[in-house]
Amino acid sequence: MKFTAEIDVMPRPELLDPQGKAVLLGLEHLGLDQIGNVRIGKHITLQLEAENEEIAREKVEKACSKLLANLIMESYTYALEQQ
Amino acid sequence: MKFGVVVFPGSNCDQDLVDAISIGMQQEVVKLWHKSHDLQGCDFILLPGGFSYGDYLRSGAIARISPIMQEVVQHANSGGYVMGICNGFQILTEAGLLPGALLRNVNQKFICDNVYIKPATTNLLPTRLLDLNKAYKIPVAHGEGRYHADTDTLKRLHDNDQIMFKYSSNAAETHELYNVNGSLLNIAGVSNEKKNVFGMMPHPERAVDPELGNTDGRAIFESIVELVNA
Amino acid sequence: MFIHYKSQTNVEQHTTVETARKLGLLEEEFERIKQILGRTPNFTELSIFSVMWSEHCSYKNSIVWLKTLPKSSPRILAEAGEENAGLVDIGDGYACSFKIESHNHPSAIEPYQGAATGVGGINRDIFTMGARPIAQLNSLRFGNIHSEKTQRLLRGVVKGIGDYGNAFGIPTVGGELFFDECYNINPLVNAFSAGIVKVGQTASATSYGAGNPVFIVGSATGKDGIHGAAFASKDITEDSVNDLPSVQVGDPFQEKLLLEASLEIIQSGDLIGIQDMGAAGITCSTSEMSAKGEHGMDIWLDKVPMRQANMVPFEILLSESQERMLIVMKKGAEQTIKDICDKWDLYCEQIGVVTEGGQLRYYQNGELVAEVPANDLVLGGGAPVYHREYREPAYFSEAKKFNIDEVEEPEDLQAVAEFLATHPNIASKRWVYRQYDSMVGTATMSTNAPADAAVVKVKGTDKSIVVTVDCNSRYVHADPEQGCAIAVAEAARNIVCAGGEPVAITNCLNFGNPYVPEVYWQFVGAIKGMKKACEALGTPVTGGNVSFYNQSSDEGPVFPTPTIGMLGIMEKKDNKMTLAFQQAGDAIYMLGEAQNDIASSEYLYSYHNVKLSPAPYFNMESELNVQAAVKELIADKLIQSAHDVADGGLYITLLESAMPNELGFDVETDKNYRKDAYLFGESQSRIVVSVAPGKQEAFEKALQNKQVTFKKLGVVTRHDCHIDGVLFHGISVAKKHYDTALEQILE
Repeated sequence: MKFTAEIDVMPRPELLDPQGKAVLLGLEHLGLDQIGNVRIGKHITLQLEAENEEIAREKVEKACSKLLANLIMESYTYALEQQ
Repeated sequence: MKFGVVVFPGSNCDQDLVDAISIGMQQEVVKLWHKSHDLQGCDFILLPGGFSYGDYLRSGAIARISPIMQEVVQHANSGGYVMGICNGFQILTEAGLLPGALLRNVNQKFICDNVYIKPATTNLLPTRLLDLNKAYKIPVAHGEGRYHADTDTLKRLHDNDQIMFKYSSNAAETHELYNVNGSLLNIAGVSNEKKNVFGMMPHPERAVDPELGNTDGRAIFESIVELVNA
Repeated sequence: MFIHYKSQTNVEQHTTVETARKLGLLEEEFERIKQILGRTPNFTELSIFSVMWSEHCSYKNSIVWLKTLPKSSPRILAEAGEENAGLVDIGDGYACSFKIESHNHPSAIEPYQGAATGVGGINRDIFTMGARPIAQLNSLRFGNIHSEKTQRLLRGVVKGIGDYGNAFGIPTVGGELFFDECYNINPLVNAFSAGIVKVGQTASATSYGAGNPVFIVGSATGKDGIHGAAFASKDITEDSVNDLPSVQVGDPFQEKLLLEASLEIIQSGDLIGIQDMGAAGITCSTSEMSAKGEHGMDIWLDKVPMRQANMVPFEILLSESQERMLIVMKKGAEQTIKDICDKWDLYCEQIGVVTEGGQLRYYQNGELVAEVPANDLVLGGGAPVYHREYREPAYFSEAKKFNIDEVEEPEDLQAVAEFLATHPNIASKRWVYRQYDSMVGTATMSTNAPADAAVVKVKGTDKSIVVTVDCNSRYVHADPEQGCAIAVAEAARNIVCAGGEPVAITNCLNFGNPYVPEVYWQFVGAIKGMKKACEALGTPVTGGNVSFYNQSSDEGPVFPTPTIGMLGIMEKKDNKMTLAFQQAGDAIYMLGEAQNDIASSEYLYSYHNVKLSPAPYFNMESELNVQAAVKELIADKLIQSAHDVADGGLYITLLESAMPNELGFDVETDKNYRKDAYLFGESQSRIVVSVAPGKQEAFEKALQNKQVTFKKLGVVTRHDCHIDGVLFHGISVAKKHYDTALEQILE
């Protein structure tokens, strides 16, 4: 079976996100106030083949936890869809 | 001739530029704060290197919406001279004053090194006094300096003599081998169509002071100073 | 005094010896805290003591020995321990503030952020003195370079240092990188920074004047870096423990703004005192500044700008969120500091007030949550001081049995030369330093003409500072006393070769567990050697830091690594000396005596795999004579280049001098020594210089009445490296191999 995974990797909520903070300053320069807590992560898509959904999940989990996200700094979520 | 160096939060080559112009070239220069809307009557605006807003999101993306950029754009649109070096170049492309974009270096790393560049034309203000057959040793220090533009733009740049510098060997050969960051056509610097806005990744201000053992950058500043004064 | 404590969810207020132990305190220390307070501390108070009495803040296991080090000279404006960093008068109304600090354990957990925040921390120490940083260096040690783990750590650390330092905008001008299995688990990341300030415009980490406002400036406070281990107990909190990150995230952009704002605040003239918040956060800065100024503070924790909701007092007090400063201003100057911080888009919040007496009172929403006497928390006040037991380890006498005659001399010395030239410990560190901006600031004089130490202009004067970090930890392991003396001597030698005058050092003392007597013996030996060398060279110690508990994979300690950061001054820029040969035809001389010695050399250790031998030959008197001679030769403009003989021995020294201008050399060895020892031995106090043909007579004459051995080795040639007529290397090939050896492994 073929699957597509849509993965979001985000800085862990309790950690400082310097990038989000600097972007917030820029948004203020654009006159967009009342915006807060900007946090910036990565969106990753990938395709994979697996015998069933459970195995596909395992593969995606492994990809996320071993490479795509640094679990000390980041957390991830994903959606899996069969093609 | 009065130079103005814009200081953004995170700029860190502003003082180097001021030193190169005031001590090296003996010209009048002031710093312009990014929150101000006043160019203080400067004729030539310089956007310095550094990491404006930490280079977060994309290099130059946040700096280009700083208050003073409204005046810089106006200055450029009315024919005034503007030049960006390194981060300044990135800001000018984000602001749409220069064509193209600067992507992450092809080796995915920050690169600080002495490299050679060769002027591609002498029809631009900063290259007027340069030797077309000579390579100039100018330092680079950037993580995102790979020049990119679509084919049409590249053709226009070429046809209209807007390519200012190309990365080269010390013998001025512009072979791909000497392309330090993977830029298209080895491009190290360009101008806009009206030839009053310039951008380059290498740092000529780091090659002005004889005590540092490299003065190859002086010729670029001399070109600017002499022609504007003439 | 009766204190009413508000009960808090999830935080146990009653403390016992068991709580103390979990926080890393000894039973006797807990008893002492009860004595100081006259009652049992609550949890917040106990947390405060636990961090302030940790080795990191109190130096309790090292201070007895650190105090034996020389710390004064007419140039020293701030002695070790007085301020955040040492301060040295460099003349003409200027001073240099410099310091080195470790960030080993954070880098082992998260190399990128660990190294980045190390760079941030050391720079804050410099600019809180009022000095603008102008030069950064780093000293890195990793395990086996071929292991995946080491490569991951190395890539992360180098990128972390580069990204932070480059964006902060201060050049990284030098450093060292060393690999050995003993650092497999526990890499060492030591960061050095030096800054310049006008004498009289410096700031102090102090607080006084009851009623003066206390501000926190910079980033908001989150739960960063609160020592996870100490709190990993269900007794303390029920669910918040797991989300306490031990990783601090660095923001160089914020640091750059904080630098500019801090310097403006200091120059406003309305400042009382300033200290950065590194280890132990608000706790450390409030207590150290108050103790120094002999006052107290009332601090309102609810006023601290916070990044996260529901932080309890101990978390706010201990948070190590980066890029923050504690600042005490003169009363009435509240608007001054606010305007400066507004300009730089920084948080600036008054969080308290200076009080009479020495008590620190921390309030949360009007409730007193902790009260402790400042002086009892700090080094030199009530913090405990221990004399630790030490014992000579068995390996030490074992190493002394080494005999060079048991090592067979290889027939193919060209192969040894190639092996050493491409060994990761000797080969070019280009892969690393190309990722660091070494030229921002337009003051680095050692980029276009490389030298044994980095030379950075002090703009506005004719002076330059000359800086280096050095330590061959293999020598220190072989013989802590001798090895550490060598580290100091080599640092001074490098500065002299670059044209500077050594003036002071800072140290970063990386050792294993101090409770192990054999480890403590290494520490004591190193301090003794450092003392001896610093006295002989006239370079007092201005401070630094101690990092214990650096362990290797088999639970043994890493090599004892007392990294020396040395500051030199070059009065006139035309005194600058390069290590590079200048033209073919120049004569090559060696100053200092050769020895039949290969002990602890890279050659013996890596080529012959002999892991145990004494430190290389070293004699302080010869060292002083050689350095004095080279200083004179440079001042009299008699030499073209100077390069000390270090790792890899004479051959590597010659090669390193030949490569920058792609020249060669033709050198004869001395038949009185084993050829391998002559070429690859690392006996100390030797410097290779080159002399233009027209100057040879004057050169030899200048040395004739000096107490220094010198010998003509040969001549600089166009491109080939010959030893006794045999071609060892063609220079372009050698340079390519040397420059790309690390890349070959890492890319």
